[in-house]
Amino acid sequence: MNALKRYLGIVWLALAALTGYFGLFSLGIPKLISDKTDDLVFGIIIVFVLMPIIVGGLVRFGLYALQGEYDD
Amino acid sequence: MISASPKPVTDTRSLIGVIGASSVGTLIEWYDFYIFGSLATVLATKFFPEGNPTAAFLSTLATFAAGFVVRPFGALFFGRLGDLIGRKYTFMVTLLLMGGATFAIGLIPAYETIGFWAPTLVLVLRLLQGLALGGEYGGAATYVAEHAPVGQRGYWTSWIQTTATVGLFVSLLVILLTRTSMSTDAFDDWGWRVPFLVSILMVAISYVIRRNMHESPLFAKAKAAGKTSTNPLKESFGNKYNFKFVLLALFGATMGQGVVWYTGQFYAMNFIKTVCNVDAMQTDELMSVALLMGTPFFVVFGWLSDKIGRKGIMLTGMLVAILSYRTIYETMYQTTNLANRQEIPAGLSIKTTTTPDPKGGLLKTTTVTHLYTDGTRLMETTKRAASSASTNDTGKSDVKRSVLLNTSDRWTLIWLVFIQVLFVTLVYGPIAAFLVEMFPVKIRYTSMSLPYHIGNGVFGGLLPAVATYLATKAKEANAVAEKAGAALPYAAPYLEGLWYPIIVAAVSLVIGVVYLSNRAQVTD
Repeated sequence: MNALKRYLGIVWLALAALTGYFGLFSLGIPKLISDKTDDLVFGIIIVFVLMPIIVGGLVRFGLYALQGEYDD
Repeated sequence: MISASPKPVTDTRSLIGVIGASSVGTLIEWYDFYIFGSLATVLATKFFPEGNPTAAFLSTLATFAAGFVVRPFGALFFGRLGDLIGRKYTFMVTLLLMGGATFAIGLIPAYETIGFWAPTLVLVLRLLQGLALGGEYGGAATYVAEHAPVGQRGYWTSWIQTTATVGLFVSLLVILLTRTSMSTDAFDDWGWRVPFLVSILMVAISYVIRRNMHESPLFAKAKAAGKTSTNPLKESFGNKYNFKFVLLALFGATMGQGVVWYTGQFYAMNFIKTVCNVDAMQTDELMSVALLMGTPFFVVFGWLSDKIGRKGIMLTGMLVAILSYRTIYETMYQTTNLANRQEIPAGLSIKTTTTPDPKGGLLKTTTVTHLYTDGTRLMETTKRAASSASTNDTGKSDVKRSVLLNTSDRWTLIWLVFIQVLFVTLVYGPIAAFLVEMFPVKIRYTSMSLPYHIGNGVFGGLLPAVATYLATKAKEANAVAEKAGAALPYAAPYLEGLWYPIIVAAVSLVIGVVYLSNRAQVTD
């Protein structure tokens, strides 16, 4: 089980990269360059608040898993 | 000055008093938070006039910032206070802050009276509501758990878990009662303020009850022994040993719980109203019934988690939600789909009225009612600006479709929402006890509040935006394919939004299965 926990750390790091890519290029940046005011506000929140929390959290979680911090 | 016995309260009567006082306050906070959302349409007309870019900017900030930014910030701010000075005083402050802000929203003059001060004040008060909510839940859950006898934390904290759903139910009920007790014009004019103003009475009662409560016994004991934290934020998030559990709580539990919670209650309500076009009042009614039927199960699963462990129950809730969401929503869609019904041609009726337009001139409203053999009715309301009641129309039409379901279909929807609320009770019933048992007393309030509010506020709060994005993309792809004469890529574009909660819950489920333990991390 400990080996699985560590290997999955790579999956969480990959997921962080995927989430960051989707969050920035599909959701965040198109809203930032939109003409609509509400889109702009939402874009700012996604790019500067939500993405750092979600991606940063997943990266740390993945690294901890890889380092065996969650081993039994 | 802290007055408390050093041991958890063991007699059931005292414990019921503790639970009652804590739960009522938390329920009121949820009520306060929800009425803003439930009355968003009316508030928009009063404070955020259409076509005004600054008002639109403030409106969007009020909508997103309160949930995404301020709630987690409130968790940090009040969590730190709760670990420094005590649970009781901190959640008294959050109660007063929330109640005061809600009451004040009910007093703000409309945009047409005080101009931009109106939306600005509403925004500030909404942010204060988010801040208070961020601090309240962790305090209440910690306070109750620290009073509960060993081995019964799941059962006693589950009462706190009912408050979010009951708060939503009470908000729908108060709005419904206010609406039905007056004319539509009176409600739009001043009646919408009633649910906000009523809050102050509830808060006052709750404040008096909470004021007489003792500090949490475990916190009081730690304080007396000089074992409280001097820097809860640093110890919670700067300490690797503790921070890894904060991340695990977020990704292995609250993230999945947050999306299941939002899907079962808000996404379901929005889907019934906007995709199925069911009448708003009928939607509120059927949601209220489903919420009422589902609420006791928070306590059932909280109690069960004391017997068989928290992990299995929460993860089962995520699993059944993942497996059944698309089937449930397809059934909801087909239950309300008018293409599955036969219209009675003789039942068609048309009614036209002309009223003064608030923006000037006259407004012609035409309502076409279609009757179906199973008793369902469809109302198509067209509002058109007209130069006069009798001359040619000059304005743009605005068509609104509203379906009134027959009793049988209404009950089908109630059961389908009830099933989703049941999933909510599985994931949410045991989670307060689960979070409390992950962190030690001295940093518990801070450590459990942040993952809870990021899981619910951020991952749950993102649901409407991401789901709308996915559904819109699917519709656009279908429209392009239709134009090109190709096969449609999406058979049911209205279900595409569900991929967000399904994927997020699936990730959380895998992390939960692999990394979470069924045993408590801490024993105090």
